[in-house]
Amino acid sequence: MVDSLSLKKPVVTAPAPQNGRRRAVNRSRRETLAAYTFLAPWFVGLIFITIGPIIASFYLSFTDYSLLEEAKWVGLDNYTKLLSEDPRFWTSLKVTAIYVVVSVPLQLGFALLLALALDRGLRGLSFYRSIYYLPSLLGGSVAIAILWRKIFGADGLVNGVLAIFGIEGTSYVNNPDTALGTLILLHVWTFGAPMVIFLAGLRQIPSSYYEAAQMDGAGVVQQFKSITLPLLTPIIFFNLVLEVIKSFQSFTQSFIVSNGTGGPTDSTLFYTLYLYTKGFKDYEMGYASAMAWVLVVIIAGLTGVNFLASKYWVFYGDSK
Amino acid sequence: MATASSRPPVLYRRRISRGAKHLLLIGFGLVMLYPLLWMISSSLKPEELIFREPGLIPSQFTLDNYFEGWDALAHPFGYYLWNSAVITALSVIGNLMACSLAAYAFARLNFPLQKLWFALMIGTIMLPLHVVIVPQYIMFSQLDMINTIWPLILPKFLAHDSFFIFLMVQFIRTLPRELDEAASIDGAGYWRTFFRVILPLCTPALTTTAIFTFIWTWNDFFSQLLYLNNPDNFTVPVALRTFLDSSGESSWGPMFAMSIIALGPIFGFFLAGQKYLIRGMATTGLK
Repeated sequence: MVDSLSLKKPVVTAPAPQNGRRRAVNRSRRETLAAYTFLAPWFVGLIFITIGPIIASFYLSFTDYSLLEEAKWVGLDNYTKLLSEDPRFWTSLKVTAIYVVVSVPLQLGFALLLALALDRGLRGLSFYRSIYYLPSLLGGSVAIAILWRKIFGADGLVNGVLAIFGIEGTSYVNNPDTALGTLILLHVWTFGAPMVIFLAGLRQIPSSYYEAAQMDGAGVVQQFKSITLPLLTPIIFFNLVLEVIKSFQSFTQSFIVSNGTGGPTDSTLFYTLYLYTKGFKDYEMGYASAMAWVLVVIIAGLTGVNFLASKYWVFYGDSK
Repeated sequence: MATASSRPPVLYRRRISRGAKHLLLIGFGLVMLYPLLWMISSSLKPEELIFREPGLIPSQFTLDNYFEGWDALAHPFGYYLWNSAVITALSVIGNLMACSLAAYAFARLNFPLQKLWFALMIGTIMLPLHVVIVPQYIMFSQLDMINTIWPLILPKFLAHDSFFIFLMVQFIRTLPRELDEAASIDGAGYWRTFFRVILPLCTPALTTTAIFTFIWTWNDFFSQLLYLNNPDNFTVPVALRTFLDSSGESSWGPMFAMSIIALGPIFGFFLAGQKYLIRGMATTGLK
């Protein structure tokens, strides 16, 4: 059977030629050549826009470089300055951490809640799904950030509604106590994307589980606690890892809402906004590179912690 | 057991709770969409009414904001739309070509170091952009490409968005191998198999890639802000941002009007490609 695949001209009458391990040498050489040709653009990209820059950025993080002069080796100076002499670095870290810690659980909570509400043969499911999903597509755009600035501005939508009730509000965007809150709301508003992933996950749970549970007299709450939640933990985990990584790198919202300053009084200074300011406004590119590597370490660390913690709450069934 | 049998009017109760649920879901949907609807309605009313009317129906209807916003910046707004359209279209083409080529090799061909390259490809999916952005900027500025579209589209033609390679690899793996074998029996080489057999069957994955690339590129602010500093090259997001710069807080009406225009294409693609968006999201968890 295996031999029925001849070297050059395959025998057409052969019964189901098998693509087994025994491959003629020149065929595998041809295949290798073809594979590397198909991959050529990707390889060029890998070298010039991924690996090369990664190495360069690592090197630059130990230098003083401003695009105009030669890079000057300064050893660990950038890192020590970041960690011990730069209060804005710590502010940006704190702001971003609060943003991630508050907005991600809220966003995922809404996503899960709505996914549960939409599951199980609800009429008009795709209609609801579309409505809830739409903000996720628009949420990252400049236009929506502009809208947000106006909604929470001094004479914006929120205060317009409050005025009906005779309450006079101030600008939430210009108040250091509430500015970050408006950005958190914006992120929660985009819960549609993880919701869609939850919905797909819910669909994987065999309905026979629920039927069996009903037979045993388990109520809705019991079913949720013993079937839905445990079986959904891998998806929750996936969403959590993804959203933490993504939201730690948010940029547009904070840039637009604070008009590029991270203000008021640095209360919306996201990490990436500070990195951008250092690298491309002050042209301290070595310093910005060091910041980028600290970011990598933080994100890798968070992801690592997530994976370690997952042992205690994520349930991987041993059947399929 | 006892609880299940102790509620006779189950059907009736269920109908009421169904209705209540739909009401809740619709109400919540309205709250979600209210900001968007308010923006649309605000763009259609005279500036001074925006704050005074939190409701959706304008008491005075006008298109002035659109006319004013269109000509408020250095170029008419259509100019920026065109710039955005060019970059977006080229990005879509680049991603479709480069990613499908790479995906075919990963999914179907055997070659030395395949596992290593595949792992590297997966590894770059989660890589924060910021690690590479400084050297990329330096490189493009030394190539004299700042204020051109090259830094924005070149990475797409080099399959920089590994997300989509992964998406297509997953998709190609679901296609029966017999198809490739049949093609090879008919004498088709790898290229013919790719173009004639695999690529046509990949349409769903290609569509998902095209739509996501469109939306991401159209929305992308960071790299366009970085590489396009000359008003002649501005795209829609960067141009919208200059509204904030130049007008401070004053001209919200025109700014809203242009924001609506900026969101229009996304909304259109959303309506047209929902199925692919949802499916793409559900299978790979992309955004």
